[in-house]
Amino acid sequence: MSLPYTEEMLESIKKVEATRAERMANEPRRMTADEKDALLEQYHPDYNQESFEEIIVGPNKGQKAPKELNALLQANSRIKGLDIDLEHPDYDCEVLVIGGGGAGSSAAIEANEAGADVMIVTKLRIGDANTMMAEGGIQAADKENDSPQQHYLDVMGGGHFKNVPELVKKLVTEGPAAVNWLDHLGVLFDKDENGVMITTHGGGTSRKRMHAAADYSGAEIMRVLRDEVINRGIPVIEFTVAIEIIKDEEGKAAGAVLMNLETKEIMVARAKTVIIATGGAGRIHYQGFPTSNHYGATADGLVLAYRAGAELLYQDTLQYHPTGVAFPAQIYGALVTEKVRSMGAMFCNKDGEAFMHPLETRDVAASGVIREVARGNGIHTPLRDGIWLDTPMIDAIHGEGTLEKRLPGMLRMYLRYDIDMRKVPIVIYPTLHYQNGGIKITPDGMSGVENLYVAGEAVGGIHGRNRLMGNSLLDIIVFGRNAGQQAGKKCKEVTLGKLTLAHVDAYAKECEEAGIVTDLVSPQLLPDYRRK
Amino acid sequence: MEEMVNVYLYGKKYTVPASLTIMEAFEYSGYQLVRGCGCRNGFCGACATIYRIKGEHMLHGCLACSTQVADNMYVASIPYFPLEKKIYSIEEIKPTEQIMMQLYPEIYSCVGCNACTKACTQQLKVMQYIAYAQRGEYEKCAETSFDCVMCGVCSTRCPAGISHPQVALLARRLTGKYIKPEAKHLTQRVEDIANGVFDDAVAEIMGKSVDELKDMYNNRVIEK
Repeated sequence: MSLPYTEEMLESIKKVEATRAERMANEPRRMTADEKDALLEQYHPDYNQESFEEIIVGPNKGQKAPKELNALLQANSRIKGLDIDLEHPDYDCEVLVIGGGGAGSSAAIEANEAGADVMIVTKLRIGDANTMMAEGGIQAADKENDSPQQHYLDVMGGGHFKNVPELVKKLVTEGPAAVNWLDHLGVLFDKDENGVMITTHGGGTSRKRMHAAADYSGAEIMRVLRDEVINRGIPVIEFTVAIEIIKDEEGKAAGAVLMNLETKEIMVARAKTVIIATGGAGRIHYQGFPTSNHYGATADGLVLAYRAGAELLYQDTLQYHPTGVAFPAQIYGALVTEKVRSMGAMFCNKDGEAFMHPLETRDVAASGVIREVARGNGIHTPLRDGIWLDTPMIDAIHGEGTLEKRLPGMLRMYLRYDIDMRKVPIVIYPTLHYQNGGIKITPDGMSGVENLYVAGEAVGGIHGRNRLMGNSLLDIIVFGRNAGQQAGKKCKEVTLGKLTLAHVDAYAKECEEAGIVTDLVSPQLLPDYRRK
Repeated sequence: MEEMVNVYLYGKKYTVPASLTIMEAFEYSGYQLVRGCGCRNGFCGACATIYRIKGEHMLHGCLACSTQVADNMYVASIPYFPLEKKIYSIEEIKPTEQIMMQLYPEIYSCVGCNACTKACTQQLKVMQYIAYAQRGEYEKCAETSFDCVMCGVCSTRCPAGISHPQVALLARRLTGKYIKPEAKHLTQRVEDIANGVFDDAVAEIMGKSVDELKDMYNNRVIEK
């Protein structure tokens, strides 16, 4: 086996190598606010008007949503025509957590800690989630030169000042406690010999506050949280997906209709409080983009919550990670962690020019890459045109062996296809990475439906219209714990009335009256990659 | 014309493009995966798989999402394997040598066959990290096992019935919680926040108008 690059790519690499020393000596200029705005407007996929349409039913009526999401919001319920016995639930608990990723697991642990009878249902296995795939790190303002207010400013700026301030406040002021909690659960953060956390920059950070566990940060956190859930004896019902929220006659969330994903058996879970922690939507493949997301990331929670009457926020903004794999085919769309750029790797075009600063915020960086390729300066590969990420710079800057030690996952991923990223640059292009928007919550974690809490990527508003690297791992812990604590407390004062699914029928009627005719059913549950 | 290969999925022959991963070969052949598919990028361990190339004696462990198909590859997925996970309270246990003896005594039955290491989908030195665990060298065990995705292929091959990924996870948690030095700056910051040290500054920045915030943001000093 040998390096699978074409002659043309190898010729271009020579130009990248020729400019490397000079580039290492000169940090590229950062863009001005006006330059960024102009770039976003012209090249960011969120500004591609043709890909959005108006929502015509439900709490966000009149607003825009991606066409693919809108179709799911307007689709038929999976329980349409089914006779569901709500009188004899298969499960009965105080806190029902839907989703077994980082947010759901954190919530379950805290609900358990609060003394609540908590249960997790999850579509695949516990830990099968985007959390597991978060490579780069988790932000928290815990260094001497940093502060929660400094973190606040970075979050707001990154989110284009559209973030919900109260949620940002919670994120940044509870950030250090979240990292501390993980540290005490036994997460192996990168520390020096004195215990000082090794922290780096992420795109758009003004302080080095990215904590990491090599480039397995999310995996390490998820392994520990999963272990802790099991140690606590919290029931985890796997391969079981929630397909509708159940309410009681007063309109409070009161459980969920479940489906065994393998046997298709329908079951009912009754609960005094419900936490949606279903994650993101990359597998919807908005605008045809490949994705770095987990197999189960299909926006299920948004659909469930919306039918139950919860309002969404910023459902029209997605994050395209600047550095998805553009070549080779086997890992097309997979994530190349931002930490690669945090550690010094620059973007280069086919002529070896560093056309922009490597650590602009993700929306700006992704748009910059798209523009450079559109200008004809991309690297032509057998798969698609992309941009070089000059990874050999990492060892050149920090010393030989650094990339292997700090980015073992990335190195392994590429070596499987005979690309040694220590020696040659890699080709990247933006990949669909994160759902910036989601279900609107108040700082106690509750959606617009009483006793329906939300945590993690399914939430909208924390990150405004663009999330910074490392703030998602942080938000799943901060808001996951918060939802678990709040629901764990609230459930003790809840008296449930008679259970009902009338809201599902009412929503279907609204769709019908709006003239919507569709064969589609939702939530989607899984993508379908079978050969058509 | 795309190069094609023959693969045998659970023994049944399918002809698929040679560029596909094993996971994509299943999908190309018409499988809608529910089990044995997770992150699709080598981090979650859901797609543990064993294969053999026809005519070769060597059995290989791999992740279906991260392994390219080859001609005459015989494939079986292992979507679930009964690993033994012991229940403990991380607050109550301590990183003593005895704790492994109590929770995972079977590691001392290791016969040194090294089948675990040969089967590892991450090319980890599995038998070596079990040896570290036996000796109570948890930090070394943690470091050597760090890239484990807990797919469990190692354990399918173990004649002593060891659940290697669970042993490693325990060693990592012990190392993270008890052996690595405390992050004092973090402890201090958590305490300061709880004591309201930053309350005024946070309230002040929250009181700024968007224009004031923009101005602060565009002129903020970025740490070198």
